Amino acid sequence: MRRIVVAALVCVAANAAGEDSIPSSLTGAKGDPVRGRAIVTNRQVGLCLLCHSGPFPEERVQGDLAPPLNGAGRRLSEGELRLRIADSARINPASIMPAYFRTEGLTRVAPAFEGKPVLSAEQIEDVVAFLKTLNE
Amino acid sequence: MRNSVLALCAAAIAIPAFAAEIPLAERRSGYDFMSRETRTMQDDDTANPGMLWVLDGEALWKRKAGVADRACQDCHGDAGTSMKGVAARYPAFDAAHGRPVNLEQRVNACRVDRQKAPPLAHESRDLLALTAYVGRQSRGLPVAVPIDERTKPFLDAGRGTFFRRQGQLNLSCAQCHDDNWGKRLAGSVIPQGHPTGYPLYRLEWQGVGSLQRRLRNCIVGMRAQPYDFGAGEFVDLELYLMWRARGMKVETPGVRP
Repeated sequence: MRRIVVAALVCVAANAAGEDSIPSSLTGAKGDPVRGRAIVTNRQVGLCLLCHSGPFPEERVQGDLAPPLNGAGRRLSEGELRLRIADSARINPASIMPAYFRTEGLTRVAPAFEGKPVLSAEQIEDVVAFLKTLNE
Repeated sequence: MRNSVLALCAAAIAIPAFAAEIPLAERRSGYDFMSRETRTMQDDDTANPGMLWVLDGEALWKRKAGVADRACQDCHGDAGTSMKGVAARYPAFDAAHGRPVNLEQRVNACRVDRQKAPPLAHESRDLLALTAYVGRQSRGLPVAVPIDERTKPFLDAGRGTFFRRQGQLNLSCAQCHDDNWGKRLAGSVIPQGHPTGYPLYRLEWQGVGSLQRRLRNCIVGMRAQPYDFGAGEFVDLELYLMWRARGMKVETPGVRP
């Protein structure tokens, strides 16, 4: 398990050169879109709806700090989605979006979260798989 | 060559290192973002729960305490006169500490040095009551923290903290409260973050709390390590926030959702 995460982190780091995507899965496997939807709508886990809105009629409160997730799977490839979730600063260093799979270069992280990414590699693959289903 | 210079310029414009501070004329109190019901609660002294703390504070002001058996009133007289405008100037430079101190620290310095009494705990009922009472004497007056060569380094440190990205979520105060105020974080409108009503009654707390308690809420939300109550970094941040709110009216005791 640890080896997979290390390999995935290397993969993210390799992207520092400025590519616009992480083409291959962080786990080597495809994610599960059903689990991905649950992560996206959970305000303690994915945190996505704090800033984004999307096609989630059961979620009464959704944020508007960031673009709606509607159509994300049409606008962006799987690899582009993966990079934007893993470390959106690679696209725009001033972005307000947290890096979900980076533990370096952070300041004063609370002890409970020290050294841990916001989402695991598996969770990110689940979210990518779900967002790819958002075609409109 | 020209093309690469243009590209660099375009990149610099697209990715500003620091967001701009809110222009003075566009600043708005958190009060302006509240529902009519909550605004009415703040405005009506008989409905504002913070007034219970103010009344407690008035009683404490007059009560003798400590080995010196002295009340605040014995030195300062009528708070309506002596404390008018005081809270609007805090945090203020304190020569003994060689740095700015906030109102809570000033009250406790008086307790220890003058009343010879033990300091009041952070967020204790009595400390909140006394600071609410003192703060109430500045209601309606403009925030005016004096910035001079002694306080400037601490103001700059506080500004640094405001713009520093922190925590697992890697957020700065400025990203929400300068760049995205008025938008919704989930269901809540993001205010500009002016500390004009503290200590204030927060409906979410069902009680009165200090500015530092509120700041800790945000810092925990960023998944960052909170500063200790009374820490220098916290007082510096308070100083920056008060300077940022200069000229805005004190609302103590405020009410917020």
